[in-house]
Amino acid sequence: MADVTFTVDGKKLTAPAGTLLIDACRTAGIEIPAFCYYPGLSLQAACRMCVVRIEKMPKLQTACTTPVAEGMVVQTETEEVKQSRKAVLELLLGNHPLDCPVCDAGGECELQDMTFKYGAGESKYIETKQHREEQKWSPVVYFDRPRCILCYRCVRVCGEGMDVWALGVQNRGVTSVIAPNGGDHLGCEECGMCIDICPVGALTSDTYRYKTRPWEMNHVGTVCTHCGDGCKTTLGVKRSNDGMEIVRGDNRDKSGINNDFLCIKGRYAFDFANRTDRLTTPLVRQADGKLAPVSWEEALTFAANKLNEVRSNRGGNAIGVIGSNRTTNEENYLLQKFARGVLGTNNIDHHRTADYAAFAAALKGKANREASLRDFISAPAMLLLGNDPTEQHPALAWQIRSNVRQNRARLYVANHREIKLRRQAKAAVELPQDGYASFISYLAGNDGAFTGNDANDFREALRKEESLVIAFGSEFRGRDIQALVEFGLSMPNVKFACLGDYSNSRGAADMGLLPDLLPGYVPVASEHKFAEETGIEWPKQPGLDLVQMLDAAGSGEIGALYVVGANPVARYGVDPSALKNTFLVVQDMFLTETAVLADVVFPAANAYEKAGTITNTYGDLQLVKKAADKAGVRSDFELIVRLADKMGADPKKLVPFGKGVRADFGQSRGAQSGEADRHAVWLSANHLEPKLSPFDPFAIFDEIQRLVPSYNVPRLNLLAGNDEHVKSELVQIDTTGSRRDLVLPANDGLYTSGTLGRYSDKLAEVLASKTTEIAETAAD
Amino acid sequence: MPKLVSHPDEVRIISRRFGTGAENIDKYVELDGYKAAQLCIEKGPEFIINEMKASGLRGRGGAGFPTGLKWSFVPKNVDRPKYVLVNGDESEPGTCKDHLIFLHDPHAIIEGTIIAGLAIGAKMGFIYLRGEYRYLLKIMEKAVADAYAKGYLGKNIFGSGIDFEVVTQTGAGAYEVGEESALMESLEGKRGVPRIKPPFPAVVGLYGGPTVINNAETIASVPHIFLMGGEAYAKVGSERNGGTRLFGISGHVEKPGVYELPMGYNLKKAIYEVAGGVLGGKKLKAVVPGGSSTPVLTADELDVGLDFDQMGKAGTMLGSGGIVVLDETVSMVEFALRTISFYQHESCGWCIPCREGTDWLKKTIGRVYAGGGVEKDLDNIKYLAENMMGRTFCPLGDAAAMPTIGFIKKFRHEFEEYVRGNAGVSPAEHDAALVSLG
Repeated sequence: MADVTFTVDGKKLTAPAGTLLIDACRTAGIEIPAFCYYPGLSLQAACRMCVVRIEKMPKLQTACTTPVAEGMVVQTETEEVKQSRKAVLELLLGNHPLDCPVCDAGGECELQDMTFKYGAGESKYIETKQHREEQKWSPVVYFDRPRCILCYRCVRVCGEGMDVWALGVQNRGVTSVIAPNGGDHLGCEECGMCIDICPVGALTSDTYRYKTRPWEMNHVGTVCTHCGDGCKTTLGVKRSNDGMEIVRGDNRDKSGINNDFLCIKGRYAFDFANRTDRLTTPLVRQADGKLAPVSWEEALTFAANKLNEVRSNRGGNAIGVIGSNRTTNEENYLLQKFARGVLGTNNIDHHRTADYAAFAAALKGKANREASLRDFISAPAMLLLGNDPTEQHPALAWQIRSNVRQNRARLYVANHREIKLRRQAKAAVELPQDGYASFISYLAGNDGAFTGNDANDFREALRKEESLVIAFGSEFRGRDIQALVEFGLSMPNVKFACLGDYSNSRGAADMGLLPDLLPGYVPVASEHKFAEETGIEWPKQPGLDLVQMLDAAGSGEIGALYVVGANPVARYGVDPSALKNTFLVVQDMFLTETAVLADVVFPAANAYEKAGTITNTYGDLQLVKKAADKAGVRSDFELIVRLADKMGADPKKLVPFGKGVRADFGQSRGAQSGEADRHAVWLSANHLEPKLSPFDPFAIFDEIQRLVPSYNVPRLNLLAGNDEHVKSELVQIDTTGSRRDLVLPANDGLYTSGTLGRYSDKLAEVLASKTTEIAETAAD
Repeated sequence: MPKLVSHPDEVRIISRRFGTGAENIDKYVELDGYKAAQLCIEKGPEFIINEMKASGLRGRGGAGFPTGLKWSFVPKNVDRPKYVLVNGDESEPGTCKDHLIFLHDPHAIIEGTIIAGLAIGAKMGFIYLRGEYRYLLKIMEKAVADAYAKGYLGKNIFGSGIDFEVVTQTGAGAYEVGEESALMESLEGKRGVPRIKPPFPAVVGLYGGPTVINNAETIASVPHIFLMGGEAYAKVGSERNGGTRLFGISGHVEKPGVYELPMGYNLKKAIYEVAGGVLGGKKLKAVVPGGSSTPVLTADELDVGLDFDQMGKAGTMLGSGGIVVLDETVSMVEFALRTISFYQHESCGWCIPCREGTDWLKKTIGRVYAGGGVEKDLDNIKYLAENMMGRTFCPLGDAAAMPTIGFIKKFRHEFEEYVRGNAGVSPAEHDAALVSLG
């Protein structure tokens, strides 16, 4: 729409016609207070805090409902306006319990902030405050009713944002109270958005309430370690007696790919880190067959000697390596480099949840065809094939819903299940479970490939779209992905997203945790720069994949397995006795089904306890920052380097620390106390920061950026904590993709998260409550 | 059936069929019923709106917006269906006029609805009665059924080729749904809270369609305008206030009842002549002139014409036409408490100033009345009411604040008596009154 010019507090402003005055003011840096107004949700105009004086209007007007108009003259802080706001606060404080000293929100409460600004220090009433008992609505949500100021943000975010509609209003007038539509319980998706959005301390979470004060925590912005969406999250950490403990997960930084959103896992399922059964000392299997705690020196030496022995006696091909889909890109890169360069084997793989290799091959040389999660915020049309984002990719589901609601985007859903997002769909088709490939053929114009109700209308509507993002689940593998991409490219302006599980499944594939492909999907047999750059010999024969490795271990062909942050025994249902003759080294947080069989177990740090980068399933590269700390554990990065060192490898070849340092330390003297160190920023931007430690993941990141062209993204923005999309078109690969049975979707729901999820007490509790809920419903 | 009253000064237009048995469709037709509708079908929308504008009819719900103008705001060419909505949620304390129309002349409502529908091109009308008027619903429903049977409603009304449907509905007992947008929410089956405006109902109303919503009395006046002609109707009233109005005069008067008087009729005359003066010859203390939300007038302020403009100049409002007369025995503090208790109870709770403000007003005035007040409370009452005024989401906040400001300004001395403990009301009387207020 055309721009209009108007005046606010004497400043001339310009904004598109139709912009709400409150948004226009905030964009211009003029703060308009509001409790009920929340960008992206429907207008409420209930709190009356955003009133302003507009010339030629008889009464004060609410800035949240007034669109800007040409020539409008607005005053936002007159005495009249301030008095009006103060009066509202006086009314609220009349009933609001002033229990700020013990309230979770104390210190980060909007009612406090506004009272501080507008003042309402004098109490005008002597009547007792209305009191109501606190209620527990779910395993994670508590409602302290008297604290509620009835801004209805929770009601709207639950209904409009989440499409759950678990909250409503009971009674009327001064007895109005927010209440679950289910009576005494929410029966919702437990996302905690209602708690996040509450301007006061009325809604609190079971995990955080009465635990600490906001100012006693450090707040570290990092990325969630659960699903493949990679939501930005802020962890509140506090000193504990064995390190730094995470006490809160929330989303105070709304700049991430998830915007306002965080699901139950991001918000509450950090508690695995604080479990009492975490491993904090290395374990080695003793002569009596039992695992016993030993020193780091002993464990590392023992593991290194054993691995050396297998390598010398039987060759690298007798060793297998299984990586993780939650470790960082740097760790994954390092692990494959260690496997190939130190162990001398291409027997390396990980639990594949999507066929990223086939996807990379299909997009080869096609610039700007891979969708970021951000594309789903603004795409005019979206096609969802397979998958159930509500359960498996909650942030994607949030963005799709927001896009449909706010931008009237059109959603097309083809699925073999009745997924919840069908409610937002403009058109939907139900497919047979194995009908995806034929449906794509149908969409591509092959009329005979598919028959089904509404399929024709679906195809007709879809073909009219001029700009489309396509998200597909693990139902698509190998040649099906190729066919899908071919169909998609027949339409204008199309982008694709391949949906896989876990926080860094994509990174594991991108970084070459594959038996036949090096980082960046370079075939092991081809000519490549890796050997030249690193000075290490890389084997040229493709190795065994994960299933083959497990079989080979059972048959004795593999003598040693090195498992980093994975639990193949549980995931692939391996018979424990099959591994009894294999020397097994495991790095993990817990004594998992796999670790319990190991000869050596190293206690590992999790993603909240280390730094690095991870890549979500959409190819959004993000920085992980160290938030928590636990005495006794080491990062996988450090463990790999130390193991290699003990095996006699040159750590400097493995991690190029100190390499390429051309820093001119002299120029840094320009930075005075309190002044931004512009020189340091310049150094960072030019990849010149000195890497002085062999445990510095950014030394490896330098190498990744040099050798994997798709990861050569602008670094300044990344290091500032923002997301950068990898350039998938730079990948050079021809493959039909993984064997179909190698891709094993995690099938996690909202309350599960693979092995990691089983070590979250909160997730377990919520999951148990859901099971009873379902049972109770069935009994009705 | 309530007894009807009469007075020679009355000009009986809307009430001309009251008591004649016109709830029977044949009787209604005999008394010129449905003639106006047929005339309007013949002449078309432009004629209707011009006549309506000429009549000077202003909304009888209380706000007094010119009806013809309101109808002309409805966009002509839209894809969405348009609706006519009759607001029969008559809930303002002191008001009982629509009640009589539903009781005695339900077909006038139907006929007015048809004409409004013709004017804006709607094919459907809704007649919404307040929840407490459930007993009138039977009469209204029978009237609608009879009109359908005669072919005055439904497909091809009066053989004109035009279709028009009418549906009746009752509320669930909330004053708030008398506000037009809250009524639409209620009619749509939702919580009765008002909507954000703009968009106004004429553009986006019921079920998202352009909607004309009028008070029941306004709609019942419409057929008469076409029987008399717009100009003739306008001449009955005062300047810019066409026609007549049903005034419900209640309280301490000799002959309480609903009288139809021309717009602009003198208030003092209405009380002392039409309604027979103050009951038992006592002294008049105050008059609430147009339903409980209108600021009170003292005995010295009664020489004023009953129309929207003159009442506005007198610092109050014509409102809903419910005149409540209070004699010298009335405690204005108790009356203020009774009034604010109503609004506190009826506040929907949507916005902060109304939800919290009405409650604190009730608590503070209640405490003053119970003898626990201090001087500062009186300033607080005024402060609270003034800070609600014009700041709430819908007019309910104003409706609670306006009379309160009036009471405290004009009868502050009575409040002061209470604060000083000189009110002469026994503790037992206080307690009984407070208990009855909940």
